[in-house]
Amino acid sequence: MLLAIDTSAGTSVAVVDLARGVIAERGEADTMRHAEIVGPFILQCLQEADIAPADLSGVVGGMGPGPFTGLRVGIASARVFALGAGTPLVPVISHDAIAYGHYRRGHTGPLVVVTDARRREIYWSAYSEADAAGLPARVGPPGLAKPAELDDATWLHARWPRLDAATVSAGELGMVAELTHAHQRPFAANEPLYLRSPDVTLSNGPKRVSR
Amino acid sequence: MTTLNRTDPLVLGIETSCDETGIGIVRGTALLSNTIASSMDEHARYGGVVPEIAARAHLDELVPAIHAAVAEAGIRLQDLDAIAVTCGPGLSGALMVGVGAAKALAVALDKPIYAVNHLVGHVGADLLHSNTDTSNTDTKPLEYPTIALLVSGGHTSLLLVRDLVSDVELLGETIDDAAGEAFDKVARLLSLPYPGGPQIDRVAASGNPKAIRFPRGLSQPKDMAAHRYDFSFSGLKTSVARFVEQRQDSGEPVPISDVAASFREAVVDILLTKALAACADYNVPRLLLGGGVIANARLRQVATERTDAAGVVLRIPPLSLCTDNGAMIAALGAQLIMAGHEASTLEFGADSTLPVGQIQVSGLAQSLGGP
Ligand SMILES: [Zn+2]
Repeated sequence: MLLAIDTSAGTSVAVVDLARGVIAERGEADTMRHAEIVGPFILQCLQEADIAPADLSGVVGGMGPGPFTGLRVGIASARVFALGAGTPLVPVISHDAIAYGHYRRGHTGPLVVVTDARRREIYWSAYSEADAAGLPARVGPPGLAKPAELDDATWLHARWPRLDAATVSAGELGMVAELTHAHQRPFAANEPLYLRSPDVTLSNGPKRVSR
Repeated sequence: MTTLNRTDPLVLGIETSCDETGIGIVRGTALLSNTIASSMDEHARYGGVVPEIAARAHLDELVPAIHAAVAEAGIRLQDLDAIAVTCGPGLSGALMVGVGAAKALAVALDKPIYAVNHLVGHVGADLLHSNTDTSNTDTKPLEYPTIALLVSGGHTSLLLVRDLVSDVELLGETIDDAAGEAFDKVARLLSLPYPGGPQIDRVAASGNPKAIRFPRGLSQPKDMAAHRYDFSFSGLKTSVARFVEQRQDSGEPVPISDVAASFREAVVDILLTKALAACADYNVPRLLLGGGVIANARLRQVATERTDAAGVVLRIPPLSLCTDNGAMIAALGAQLIMAGHEASTLEFGADSTLPVGQIQVSGLAQSLGGP
């Protein structure tokens, strides 16, 4: 059984199992309350699944891409929960969970997943299909773009079906992890996908105060 | 959850309000570990703390810092009685990393969590003593009430502490820059590197503190009515800038040592004048210093002289406990537990402007089902 945590969009927490599927899940689309609700959600999911942290075989962390402040809350929670429970951290790219869910609900063939990156930009990932294991085959990176760039006919995935998502399901994130493990595929790197440098401007030295 | 050990609780404290990732472990008032990972070097080229860089560093440093603290303390995480975490005031994005992590740790270990105030934590640092340190055993414990002057790059506050866990009153605070920020900005005016405090201290050593009379903010009679215990450093900074520009414009060399010494003297003077005024006004013959700016040698020296002259007992925690750290947060958590306070519920958030009077955030006010 895995505990899965994702705060790349709203906040979502779940307990999943390869055989039993999603056992418990809590979600909140509000993007301003990650730090408040992540703790209660973890506790509620464990209680509903009726398990102790020691029963978990891993903690899945959604690595984004996602807006920094919120994204970090989930990754910090996943990493530290794994440390406290003495179980491994399993990093998964959040877009893969969105694609996995869409394929499971019947989509076939190419797919571009798009999420809000704020500041009039978007995050995107491109998938060619769901493979035999049901895992989405990512063929284009999680990237950062202006909306117009994806509409440009010369873009590599220009005419592919597009899915704009406002939430990420930790249940689906967890199932991607279960399937990835079961089919011995590599996990993502344990690194947040900010895809943007911190906003800082180097000053040109102190401004004059006297005229 | 078993009954909470309220005699000498083993508490892990998490502090991420600014640019230090602090993990501290205490048993009651005994300090077992004070692990700090600082992102200060990453901020140097920007001349000040960049919030996003600080928050990213917290995420990178948290797990290694917890490992290091647990190893140093010689405990297992399962042995802990509780988790304490800074929930404010501080940089919002930075605080949220610690808050999220602390809640996850509390649930993973099935331990109670105490969400505490960073500023009150600075006062709590004074209660800690090292397990092996025998030289300190004849030091008297912190007595109440006490005036506390907390000075760092993020805050400049004057508190009246009647009781650490139940009665802390904000007397005054900076209305613009924090004192540490003023040191950084003046260092830049003098082309000295970041952080400014140690640099100003270094060049001021050979300067004359009386060479230039820089203004003492909010000390005129007209200001004293509304801002008796408040601080202002932006006028002082502007006045230093004007002095430096005048010298440059007239082609004269800038007497860097004298400027640094005179600026430092103005900061030290206004800080201690107001702190000692509070001691006198409230008839409290005790002054506690805290915050990173306490590392300033001149501030400690003048504080010693003036408190001696005023018959005020001065307390300064070890410098490693004056800068932001997790041990002070653990210490405050332990005090709350020993005083019988209930744990916070898991619903609390990060509050960048948490008032100092709010020593612990219960979490109930922000409960999920609430308005
Ligand atoms: Zn501080």
